[in-house]
Amino acid sequence: MEHILTPKVEEVKLLDRYTAKKPAIGTLYLTATHLIFVETSCHIRKETWMLHHLIATVEKLPLTAMGCPLHISCKNFHVAHFVISSERDCQNVHQSLVRLSQPGKVEELYAFLYNPKQDEDERRNGWGFIDSAMDFKRMGLPNEFWEMTDLNKNYELCSTYHSELGIPKTASKGTVFGSAKFRSRGRIPTLSYYHKESNAAICRCSQPLSGLSARCVEDEEMLQAISRANPKSTFMYVVDTRPKLNAMANRAAGKGYENEDNYSNICFQFVGIENIHVMRNSLQKLLEVCAMKSPTMSDYLTGLENSGWLRHIKAVMDAGVFLAKAVAEDKASVLVHCSDGWDRTAQVCSLASILLDPFYRTIKGLMVLIEKEWISMGHKFTQRCGHVDGDPKEVSPVFTQFIECLWNLMEQYPCGFEYNEKYLLEIHNHVYSCQFGNFIGNCQREREEILYERTFSVWPFLWENRHQYRNPLHKCSLGREVLRPSTLPLNFKFWCGMYNHFDKGMQPKQSILDHLLTITQKKKIELLPQRAQLFPWRSKMSEEGQSSSEITTEAVKLVA
Amino acid sequence: MEFAELIKTPRVDGVVLRRPFLPTVEGTLCLTGHHLILSSRQDNTEELWLLHANIDAIEKRFVGSLGTIIVKCKDLRVIQLDIPGMEECLNIASSIEVLSTLDSVSLMYPLFYRPMFQVIEDGWKSFLPEDAFKDLESMTEEWRLSDVNKDYSVCSSYPPLVAVPKDVDDDTLRKAAAFRHGGRFPVLSYYHKKNGMVMMRSGQPLTGTNGRRCKEDEKLINATLRAGKRGYIIDTRTVSVAQQAKARGGGFESEANYPQWRRIHKAIERSSILQESLIKLVEACNDQSHSMDRWLSKLEASNWQTHVKEILTTACLAAQCIDREGASVLVHGTEGTDSTLQVTSLAQIILDPACRTIQGFQALVEREWLQAGHPFQQRCSQSAYSNSKPRCEAPVFLLFLDCVWQILRQFPCSFQFSQHFLVLLFEHTYASQFGTFMGNSASERSKLNLSQKTVSLWSWVNRPQEVERLSNPLYEANCLVIWPSVAPQSLLLWEGVFLRWKRSSRCLDEAYDEMVHIIQYNKELQNKVNNLRRQLAQLETEEPLLQTP
Repeated sequence: MEHILTPKVEEVKLLDRYTAKKPAIGTLYLTATHLIFVETSCHIRKETWMLHHLIATVEKLPLTAMGCPLHISCKNFHVAHFVISSERDCQNVHQSLVRLSQPGKVEELYAFLYNPKQDEDERRNGWGFIDSAMDFKRMGLPNEFWEMTDLNKNYELCSTYHSELGIPKTASKGTVFGSAKFRSRGRIPTLSYYHKESNAAICRCSQPLSGLSARCVEDEEMLQAISRANPKSTFMYVVDTRPKLNAMANRAAGKGYENEDNYSNICFQFVGIENIHVMRNSLQKLLEVCAMKSPTMSDYLTGLENSGWLRHIKAVMDAGVFLAKAVAEDKASVLVHCSDGWDRTAQVCSLASILLDPFYRTIKGLMVLIEKEWISMGHKFTQRCGHVDGDPKEVSPVFTQFIECLWNLMEQYPCGFEYNEKYLLEIHNHVYSCQFGNFIGNCQREREEILYERTFSVWPFLWENRHQYRNPLHKCSLGREVLRPSTLPLNFKFWCGMYNHFDKGMQPKQSILDHLLTITQKKKIELLPQRAQLFPWRSKMSEEGQSSSEITTEAVKLVA
Repeated sequence: MEFAELIKTPRVDGVVLRRPFLPTVEGTLCLTGHHLILSSRQDNTEELWLLHANIDAIEKRFVGSLGTIIVKCKDLRVIQLDIPGMEECLNIASSIEVLSTLDSVSLMYPLFYRPMFQVIEDGWKSFLPEDAFKDLESMTEEWRLSDVNKDYSVCSSYPPLVAVPKDVDDDTLRKAAAFRHGGRFPVLSYYHKKNGMVMMRSGQPLTGTNGRRCKEDEKLINATLRAGKRGYIIDTRTVSVAQQAKARGGGFESEANYPQWRRIHKAIERSSILQESLIKLVEACNDQSHSMDRWLSKLEASNWQTHVKEILTTACLAAQCIDREGASVLVHGTEGTDSTLQVTSLAQIILDPACRTIQGFQALVEREWLQAGHPFQQRCSQSAYSNSKPRCEAPVFLLFLDCVWQILRQFPCSFQFSQHFLVLLFEHTYASQFGTFMGNSASERSKLNLSQKTVSLWSWVNRPQEVERLSNPLYEANCLVIWPSVAPQSLLLWEGVFLRWKRSSRCLDEAYDEMVHIIQYNKELQNKVNNLRRQLAQLETEEPLLQTP
């Protein structure tokens, strides 16, 4: 609270971001967690809430005739342009927000204040709601070829991995530890997804420390072991998700990529996804396009092209499709890495899993996937999302891109997913909001230290609200179908629902999704009182004859 | 001329048909006067019946004695026929080329087509101006139906009957006609019931370089203004284009002569530019390279979406003047047969809920396009693939349909029809068994006696099973004005037309069917519930004794 200099400012104007429409006038409040704007100029009380931690930038512009403009943009792409009449007040609000939006340490984040009135048991159980280890069981582990190992239980093997890892049965402890020494940050090749139908597996790791000529017998053995775990295939793919040039540059620094001569029967492939810095700049450009006031179609399309954003989304999707195809069609295992194996690798492995396995297209399945491929495998959420004051060069929309690829898939397969767009947006929102503990911390180890003890898990919360996230068109009958999306450029669209989510004027004014959700929900809700009305009747009117029994059977049928 | 003379090889066996996302079919290819038919002569396999008129261009390729003909259709589909035998292939190709480019109206298919369905209601009589005027009469007495153009002598592109202000006599109309491009004097396009404001349309005034004026024209349009009220003239051209038109005898209404009117210029492009845009867009969609930058830059360079945005913006402006400003509007461009109609018809979609019904939309197309003299035959004789130099071709109507689709996408519950109807209209404007879109004006259609010699598309569309197919399951009558967003982010490429043949429609069709199923099921349940409620209420009144245990 000590950071809030002015808790309340009156006569604040909220401008429309795009048009010269009459601004809304109201009162601005700063609380410990939120900025709240309450509109007083209209009859209905209208509130705009912005969580401090969601604020990406807050900018105070030079004084104008109207007052002092304050521009706020959030990580969920909510943008607000306020004008505060007194420059002094504006200065205070600005200063407060700068401080509040960039907490110095993790413990200051919202998750440590948030209390949904659950007791301690519920809170604790909540953390057990999604268990990524269970997913390996679901895939059929342990089996003839793969097992779970606790070699990393004290995070000695790899500090940024989960404590339980899937590895090939034939890999000895020596092989594993030897390989870890040859992989950047000890991120050894470990199982990401096992495809029961083909025996092929997707494994992930970081780049090898091969430099210009170094090799490592244990690492070569490790790859051999992975290859052997898929006895029907004579080779395996090794996919480096970086552009070739970047990978080559890494060799000079003692890192790099696998030399095909040193590893037997590998097929090496670059897929050319750009690094986090390119992605960050690309998003910045995309947001500039979104911020243009009344652009022409040409400005917009040229801006979209120049941002490169959709090119990157397509590159990620292409890589995911490559993996899924290798596993499902070539029935070959794939080892994927980038540099550290926690950004591009996470994107590509999780996308491939979704393409291959319908479980991840369910509400719970997506939770499991995010838990498994992102949270437990050490995607650096705190740094990538800029949760706390830190190096701005570590911030990058890697997870956003994954969610966007998923949305593009949903557009191509409108019946293929149990969840809808709102679910993606909600997850994305929570990744940045820090209301829950799941997306705080850079790896499992960091999380274990404090988060499980003091914060809540988002998954039970999302599960409770799952009716909102349902896709009414979902058809389970699609079965175990592998998705083969088209990645022609014309299939990728700008995601207005994400980047202009808060600009309601740009969205369709009527939503088919909402309509279908309402009527499919109504079916149940509306009929319940009907049942209450009808059931007492049955007992009273057993002698009443046919008509009433017809009613009750109908009612039973409807309620069921 | 007999068709037989043009068909050197009427039949070839062993032809393989390849279509995107469909299994290949091997069978017999037959050419008739109007169709290319491919039949596998087996049960359960789909036959291909393609109207020659739908063929926009063909390409031939040979590998040894196997010939291949790539057929590019006006509905943007591309199919491939593998024909064994070089001579057969050449013969087929040359026949298709001739048959698909026959100029003579008397050989067109609608004149030969005999319907295989029972005509319940003759579409030629479904939307008569007299009937439309009856509706208007019930709302206002300020307008009359004039038959000044009964023999098409005042304006060759107008219908015989037009609605004009009551106080203006036919003589004034004749003089005003002489002052407007193509004789297209200002006539009523739409009456806004809510506030009595109107939208009129016309051709450009023939002011020329020395600023000619016409008192009768001024009188005519001023007669539509309420006392003390000002109106808006929306010129669909930019100021500079309108200025240049003066040199060719055209021009615009000057402030001095039309002091009660405020003129606004917009920038809807002329038809030749639109055709070029369509060609570029389709080329971009057919680009098989996997480069995102290339796709976006080609999409941008085609300018198609720019046109969509500009047309919609202008239509919104017209609607805004009428509904928000409470002012009457006159819309024109140069001829008043293209951009003018795009604007007036879209403004009505925005303002008038009746235009968003299946019947109402047909009436709108009939009134604002067919009767209003949009030269369909000229505009739609070639599509995006044709190699011949375009003459008067332009996707003016297709752009209108695209704009309707944009509004439909933004208001998916406010239209009684689905996008299937829009796609159907697109197809039939370019190639059809029906006479509706033949000719360039009411006068040409009447000369050809089409209402007697051909079947109307509306006769087909208004049968119950077709109405059902074209219906939007989400429709809930919405009596409000619907304002679409024209921000670039809100306008998408119309996939239903431009990407239709670029990807498998399986998943999208499945989703659509599922949606229909959910809504249908919901309706059934709703009916059951209502029935049960009724029975319950009935039993309660009939058996009062049972209420007390």
